[in-house]
Amino acid sequence: MAVHKKVITNRVAFLEKKVPLYASVLGLVGLLILWEIISSTKMVSPLFLPAPSAIVRTGWEMLVSGEIARNLGPSLYRIGVGYAIGSVVGIVVGLILGFSRWADAIGTPVVYALYPIPKIALLPLFVLWLGIGELSKVTIIALGVFFPVVINTFSGVKSVDQSLIKAAVTFGSNHFNVIRKVILPGALPMIFAGLKLAAGTSLLLLVAAEMIAAQNGIGSMVLHYGNLMITTKLMVGVLVLSLLGLTFNRLLHWIEIKLLPWK
Amino acid sequence: MKIVIENVGKKFISSKKEEVTALEDINFSIHEKEFVVLVGPSGCGKSTLLNIVGGLLSPSSGSVYFEGMMEKEPNLAIVFQEIALLPWRTVYQNVIYGLEEKKVSKKELKEKADLYIDMVGLTDFKDAYPKQLSGGMKQRVGIGRALAVEPDLLLMDEPFSALDAQTRILMQEELLAIWNRTQLSTLYVTHNIDEAVYLADRVIVLSRHPGRIKKVIEIDLPKMGRDGEEHREQFERYADEIWQLIRNDAVEALRE
Repeated sequence: MAVHKKVITNRVAFLEKKVPLYASVLGLVGLLILWEIISSTKMVSPLFLPAPSAIVRTGWEMLVSGEIARNLGPSLYRIGVGYAIGSVVGIVVGLILGFSRWADAIGTPVVYALYPIPKIALLPLFVLWLGIGELSKVTIIALGVFFPVVINTFSGVKSVDQSLIKAAVTFGSNHFNVIRKVILPGALPMIFAGLKLAAGTSLLLLVAAEMIAAQNGIGSMVLHYGNLMITTKLMVGVLVLSLLGLTFNRLLHWIEIKLLPWK
Repeated sequence: MKIVIENVGKKFISSKKEEVTALEDINFSIHEKEFVVLVGPSGCGKSTLLNIVGGLLSPSSGSVYFEGMMEKEPNLAIVFQEIALLPWRTVYQNVIYGLEEKKVSKKELKEKADLYIDMVGLTDFKDAYPKQLSGGMKQRVGIGRALAVEPDLLLMDEPFSALDAQTRILMQEELLAIWNRTQLSTLYVTHNIDEAVYLADRVIVLSRHPGRIKKVIEIDLPKMGRDGEEHREQFERYADEIWQLIRNDAVEALRE
């Protein structure tokens, strides 16, 4: 008599299904190929949609001629300085608001009242106050970065486990050390969430500000070639911006991993 | 030197805006090298009392003070029920926390850290983060951190209540061995009666509503090896006496 066997198999294997590494580039490469085919068959005029190969070729020429460097330099300066100021001030203010009840009561309504203002709307005002130079653009970026950072830092501080604060005080920490050794590291994951949010905002404000009030920079370059209907060069500008955003994100991610090995 | 808890009382305002007396007329003292255990049913205010002694809560009346201490600020350390290790610090960095705040020299800091990390048996895990440790090992770090500051009074707030029963027994044995080496004045809170009899020189039994001292029981057994056969009868007698004192309150607590 044959023994009837019924093998029990793992019915949730789909949850752990392994996907090969190349899958992650499949979508991207497919899209580029499709785009290239559409362009080469001349279904769409290159004036409206230049081929990826043409964009890369033009990009290389602009890189060699130094045109990209000439525009990328000022852009990096603006976003770098603006982002640094905005995030440092945001973290410091967020810590103070989160730690001191008085500062919270006084400062938080101010922050929330100013937060919803679209920052770019203030650019004409800043140009009036600070001139058309770098300062007004840096300020608008710093301001745009400040708000998401301050709000995230604040809620990060509020979410720090009370028992850790009690432990630190018991082992002799004064208020300053409680902030430095417990609250700041405890709020750091939330602060990073704010910093990543702010990275996108800063890029947006950079381009907008350069389109409105700048002689150089990637934003003004994109606008310039748009006006001249040189679409390929415009797309090179867009490509540079997307690479800039990508690098920015990777950089933040890398710093986060370095600073939060305990996560 | 001794630590005196004098006429301590604590009142809370409950969420229903009623005044609740958590503690009333608490009077006792902890002598040098004495291991005092507070035991009582849940809601008797034993953790509240420990927090008052530890300076994390102010009493509504009465006071807690160190007697016979020269000028020097009393030095306290707490082992928390929630363990409360900083997740971003390694075992070593957690243990040195209190020492850092005392501004001891680099050399002394390292020596003491190594000594106490060894004492709690974590030398191989010095550089691990709390996340990588089991519950029992985490609490060893908590104990190491408290021992490292060499406190005048060690406070332990149900330190093993989050551990499983087997780990708990092993940790009790280990704690006793450590205590035997360090001989620190200790105030220990638990709801586990066997644990109280096993560890204490003196057991203070609290009642609830309001939290009062019901009885103080001297445990007249040798400090080490109380779980041995020759002491079993005596051990059981103490445990039973405490249970009878608590029983009614505990039943009541269950009904709430």
